[in-house]
Amino acid sequence: MKLNELTITELRTLLDNREVSAQDVLRDVQGRIDEVEEQVKAYVTVTRDEALTMAKQADETLAAQKGSLLTGIPIAVKDNMCTKGIRTTCSSKILANFIPPYESTVTAKLLDQKYVLTGKTNLDEFAMGSSTENSGFHTSRNPWNLQCVPGGSSGGSAAAVAANECIAALGSDTGGSIRQPAALCGVVGLKPTYGLVSRYGLVAFASSLDQIGPITKNVRDAALLLNLIAGHDPLDSTSAPVDVPDYAPYLGKEIKGLKVGIPKEYFIDGMHPEIDQSVRDAIRQLESLGAVPVEVSLPHTGYAVATYYILATSEASSNLGRYDGVRYGHRAKSKDLIDMYMQSRSEGFGPEVKRRIMLGTYALSAGYYDAYYKKGQQVRTLIKQDFEKAFEQCDVIATPTSPSPAFGIGEKATDPLQMYLSDIFTISVNLAGVPAISLPCGFTGDNLPIGLQIIGKSFDEATVLQAAYAFEQSTSWHTRRASL
Amino acid sequence: MSTKYEAVIGLEVHAQMKTATKIFCGCPTTFGAEPNSQTCPVCCGMPGVLPVLNRKALEFAVKTGLALNCRISPYSRFARKNYFYPDLPKAYQISQYELPICEGGWVDIMVDGQTKRIGLTRIHMEEDAGKNIHEGTAYSFVDLNRAGTPLMEIVSEPDLRSPQEAAAYMRKLRTILRYLGVCDGNMEEGSLRCDANVSVRPAGQKEFGTRAELKNINSFRFVEKAIEYEIARQIRVLEEGGKVIQETRLWDSAAGVTQSMRSKEEAHDYRYFPDPDLTPIIVDRSWVDTLKASLPELPDAKQERYKTVFGLPEADAEQLTAELPVATWFEQVVGAGAQPKAAANWMMTELMKYLNDDNRTIDDCPIQPAQLAGLLTLIDKGTISGKIAKTVFEEMYATGKDAAAIVKEKGLVQISDSGAIEQALDEILARHPAELERLKAGDEKLVGFFVGQLMKAMRGKANPQIANELLRKKLN
Repeated sequence: MKLNELTITELRTLLDNREVSAQDVLRDVQGRIDEVEEQVKAYVTVTRDEALTMAKQADETLAAQKGSLLTGIPIAVKDNMCTKGIRTTCSSKILANFIPPYESTVTAKLLDQKYVLTGKTNLDEFAMGSSTENSGFHTSRNPWNLQCVPGGSSGGSAAAVAANECIAALGSDTGGSIRQPAALCGVVGLKPTYGLVSRYGLVAFASSLDQIGPITKNVRDAALLLNLIAGHDPLDSTSAPVDVPDYAPYLGKEIKGLKVGIPKEYFIDGMHPEIDQSVRDAIRQLESLGAVPVEVSLPHTGYAVATYYILATSEASSNLGRYDGVRYGHRAKSKDLIDMYMQSRSEGFGPEVKRRIMLGTYALSAGYYDAYYKKGQQVRTLIKQDFEKAFEQCDVIATPTSPSPAFGIGEKATDPLQMYLSDIFTISVNLAGVPAISLPCGFTGDNLPIGLQIIGKSFDEATVLQAAYAFEQSTSWHTRRASL
Repeated sequence: MSTKYEAVIGLEVHAQMKTATKIFCGCPTTFGAEPNSQTCPVCCGMPGVLPVLNRKALEFAVKTGLALNCRISPYSRFARKNYFYPDLPKAYQISQYELPICEGGWVDIMVDGQTKRIGLTRIHMEEDAGKNIHEGTAYSFVDLNRAGTPLMEIVSEPDLRSPQEAAAYMRKLRTILRYLGVCDGNMEEGSLRCDANVSVRPAGQKEFGTRAELKNINSFRFVEKAIEYEIARQIRVLEEGGKVIQETRLWDSAAGVTQSMRSKEEAHDYRYFPDPDLTPIIVDRSWVDTLKASLPELPDAKQERYKTVFGLPEADAEQLTAELPVATWFEQVVGAGAQPKAAANWMMTELMKYLNDDNRTIDDCPIQPAQLAGLLTLIDKGTISGKIAKTVFEEMYATGKDAAAIVKEKGLVQISDSGAIEQALDEILARHPAELERLKAGDEKLVGFFVGQLMKAMRGKANPQIANELLRKKLN
């Protein structure tokens, strides 16, 4: 077996016992990148040389017996997290030449442990999309079927994990951008509670919704990685001043009596039949482990997508104002100041980003603010209350992650509304700020992965991981790998 | 101003807070540094960076609110004001909109010897923008040193009725801000700036006229001048049968006129919305109480105390309390045993004259408060005359020596020995028989002549009271 096919947990033992070196692990990972990256296109930038240096440093640390969880572990980072001295593009032409002079808090924590950065992964431009087709550079492929999208926006990270082009990855999730690609690529993706993980250095799409989280090969790796990146950051005012529990002890804890809420609004007519079947089977599996299914209602679910596209685009329209060609990024040839703004932004942004900037600008405009942004905030509160009420009756909520398995490249690209519905089961979670995980729970007849979403109470990642781990360990879905 | 019209003025004052670091990052706020040397990814608006509120800025805003009688909001928020400009790195300014930190409040000003209360609408916190530097026509530079400097915007109600009232309000505000130590009040360096909303209406009319907003008023002198010009302009428009239009006008100090910048229709839509990067500001009541207890005695209260406790006239009290260091200095002189009125007189005349001529502030005055008190004690005890005291003062200012030492060194002790004075006086009277006759005949002017001669003879050291008495005695 190649080292790149292993998990963090498995490699940790090998590295700590000095059976393999960080450079050995990296050699296999980079070998795999050489082998399949041309087809998968998971990365925007492969940091080949930097990774070698980092692996050497990791080996020195290990030799000095100062290793910790991620020492020597090759990890891919979504290209919207700033890495000092390493190009960070957000898959946008407007930042094609941007090299941050600072490190995001999350990657700084990884650096402290002497991780190995394999590269920066592809995404839909500024994380706006569900397929990576909106990347300003290229579309990533689903390792299970190269004609299909890997999902998005963290499609590059999910594809890299699924294709064993890294051991684990970081993604970011604003409306499903970790969970949906994890589901479509048959890996594990966790969106933490809003405020659990620092956003400092994460290039903002929608500040009140964005969260960084792990994309991994199994639940244990997700728990370990989350333990490392979670926690209050004085550089992020929205990061919560909470104590982060050690999630490891919750893995393997039985789930007897755990109440699993089944929201009727998420099991609707017209849903993809194989997904419906797999998720219902998964709930029965949880039941066989002692969990108790409870029917719950999230009555405002129908408004979630509309609410999201008001609030997220409003924040985005403001967040993306800074890409003006003045200080960094793309600057077009121009006659005067206004022309410089218009040309730089016209050339630098892709169509979906422009669409969302226009939507958000409109929603915040004088005379429309009350009808759109303010109303959206009110509905958001109702959606949040839906979850609070539901969680009075249950401990976690189980739903499908995505209404469809991986779809063909180009299939939805021309219909933004159809594309927006890809996130119908994941968006409410961001609006409510609660944590949720996606993990494999089956495959379609075409051998495409299906994801189960388990949603938890605010800051109760422990129970989410406990339930997810119990399910995972009682099934074999997570052991299947794309044959690439 | 024509009495047919009444002006209505409201001021929006931007005060740069005197914090050591910027409002949302740790960069220093020092004025005049090398361009872009006081910047970091946060105040340069780099991708992915986040603001963290400087607690000192919040403290300063709350202190100001307390000093200006505002309600301190227990819950307030930052909002984004969106617009594009090269000196605004994020393309939005973090400001406050719907929920400012302070609401209501007032400032009392003196108008023709009467106290007038000027209402405040609100005080909010915001970040300053950077600066565009234009050289030639091909391109411009951007200096972001100032970007992120904390500001307070203090918005008055439209309670001001003349340019003089507006200037008095600005001065009072400046005094209070300087007392609090929250702003250095330097209009020339831009740490205090003001926009004025000006309208006129026919005298007696209740409704406000259409207003113009004046920008770029950057000195105390221009507050009055710009508003004066604008009132006259609006009256002229009305007199000529025209209509004042709602617009933003720029004060051109070189030409002494205001010029249209943009009309209401061209006004920006700032698309304000709550900043999702900053959590609501929850102000703890007990913290506010602590800050309230820590406020210094404010100018109004101090002025009142100077009148009642020290028995100073209104004008003295006002002048001495205008700057806190001057007031503190004065109180130290009195604390060292000087009579308050004498201390006030000496400070407002001699001391201020010397400092002004020297371009010094009270903070680097070569004389210490206790030394002035020492001088006043010598006068009080009759050791030296008031006239000699001025010579001594000059010497004190030049050398920093104590009055007593100078008096001793130079032998300036006043002569109160009537025998010695009488002897000298007799000699002078004998030398000027003609003048003596004229004095005896009732020419009172000659009293001055003889006292002057006596002083000259005794090198100014004769006790003038005794000299006068002796002269009278000789005439009888």
